[in-house]
Amino acid sequence: MHLELATQDGHRKDVGKDTRSPLEIRGLTVSYGEKPALFSVDATFEPGAMTAIIGPNGAGKSTLLKAALGIVKPVSGRIRSYGKSLSAQRHRIAYVPQRASVDWDFPTRVLDVVLMGLYRQLGLLGRVRPKHLEIAMSCLARVGMEGFADRQIGQLSGGQQQRVFLARALAQGADLYLLDEPFAGVDAATEKAIIAVLKALKEQGKTVIAVHHDLATVPDYFDRVFIINTSRVAEGPVAEAFVPEYLQEAYGGRLATAQMGAAG
Amino acid sequence: MMGAEFVALSLPPLLIGVFAAVACALPGNFLLLRRQALIGDAISHVVLPGIVLAFLATGVVAAWPMMLGAGIAALAAVVLIEVIRRLGRIEPGAAMGVVFTSMFAGGVLLLEQSDTSSVHLDVQHALYGSLESLIWLDGFGWASLLDWEALQGLPPELTRMALTLAFVAVFTAVLWRPLKLSTFDEGFAQTLGLRTNLLGLALVVVAAIAAVAAFDAVGSIIVIAMFICPPAAARLMTNRLERQIGWSVLFATLSAVLGYVLAGYGPLWLGFENAVSAAGMIATVSGLILLVTALAGPCRTRAGAPTET
Repeated sequence: MHLELATQDGHRKDVGKDTRSPLEIRGLTVSYGEKPALFSVDATFEPGAMTAIIGPNGAGKSTLLKAALGIVKPVSGRIRSYGKSLSAQRHRIAYVPQRASVDWDFPTRVLDVVLMGLYRQLGLLGRVRPKHLEIAMSCLARVGMEGFADRQIGQLSGGQQQRVFLARALAQGADLYLLDEPFAGVDAATEKAIIAVLKALKEQGKTVIAVHHDLATVPDYFDRVFIINTSRVAEGPVAEAFVPEYLQEAYGGRLATAQMGAAG
Repeated sequence: MMGAEFVALSLPPLLIGVFAAVACALPGNFLLLRRQALIGDAISHVVLPGIVLAFLATGVVAAWPMMLGAGIAALAAVVLIEVIRRLGRIEPGAAMGVVFTSMFAGGVLLLEQSDTSSVHLDVQHALYGSLESLIWLDGFGWASLLDWEALQGLPPELTRMALTLAFVAVFTAVLWRPLKLSTFDEGFAQTLGLRTNLLGLALVVVAAIAAVAAFDAVGSIIVIAMFICPPAAARLMTNRLERQIGWSVLFATLSAVLGYVLAGYGPLWLGFENAVSAAGMIATVSGLILLVTALAGPCRTRAGAPTET
């Protein structure tokens, strides 16, 4: 496994744990037009933590994830994952895109979508064997969707679609999970199911980073926040960084009092 | 009808029609799901300037230089569409519209201004092709299929179209998984390390190759119809891409066979004397199949359109 030769904090002795940052971003600038979507962003995400990326609409939250994954080409900046380049670590990274980013009328079944998460194992022409089906079915079971394997994906509700996307990410068997608004437009039961799965991942020592919208649930769901508004505003444990001062700085006058109450 | 006359006069055009239809329908499935189905239309228009230029350069009406010219024009158009789409940040449909109308217009201008009137190079030929003329003079009955010398007399279009179909089929089979993945979820496919831009380009290039080969053999009407009608009708029959491919091949084959037979014999049955264009009838049949599936296909409803967030 990935043993560090010189561990800086002595108490972290679990064998097999990778203490290098699963995602390290330096000087990331992304531009879609003339105006930069991200400007010189630095971020070092903690291994084994659940981090929420928060910020106002158009702050570049999704762009940060996409650039970190190499989907969006940055103007400048450097991405490292577990001390290596992104392309060397793709097998350790799972991604849950925004649900609305795909056409759910695509002619395919739930099971086929989850099997997409096994692409790196299956390769170009590898046959889908019983063990692959077993993995896919167990991932569906973890999100409570095992009864839907044969459904066409267009027949699912929004929450069910989101669970299928999460199951596909689970099938990737990664160490780092990047989720883009996993709770957007889902029902309460799905939200509960998803957060349970994510917390279980954290228990296993995996790293979870999610773009998050609902400030009220941040302290319940996450242990760290990364606040962004085109540039980095703050980063740290919820107790230190999720404070009115930084939120005001990121959201400005747009922050509702109710949310401030929950935050403070 | 099934004897020597059939083997010599009807079998080659039938096979060419089927091969061309299936070769276009296969990539059409993916283009349809990627909202790029009009690329077939675009390609069949942009090949015109390529063909005219090839004629002007060589001075002869020969298949290979013309296919080469058509292929180069198609590739130039594909690149141009991509460039306009990216630089202008616009819909692929809009980029296609701009490119294929201007290149087609350029082709018509070239055709008018150059001295090509003496040769058989006209718009009508480009549209309908000449499926009926692709006969096998050496074919004297089914036994000829086992006669090597007679086989050499087969129309070259048949060999070309068979090779093209084989190439398209192998491409689809080998790249099946990445094609499906990147068509459904391009961002996710990229995080797996797939080169989705390259894959998209490869798909369009393969479609262009199928279109140019089919265009040469059967004209552009079939090309345009087969990229869209069989895949669209197939999508209405099933909710699984694997089965959609099967249905599209079936519908393409059915269109080609039924269209060819109806064009040749339909008017006679109705008491008219002349046959009608096979290419036109094949395209019409594919359109009718789409109409029937659109009215009665089992998977017509858009079940769960994603909610806007």
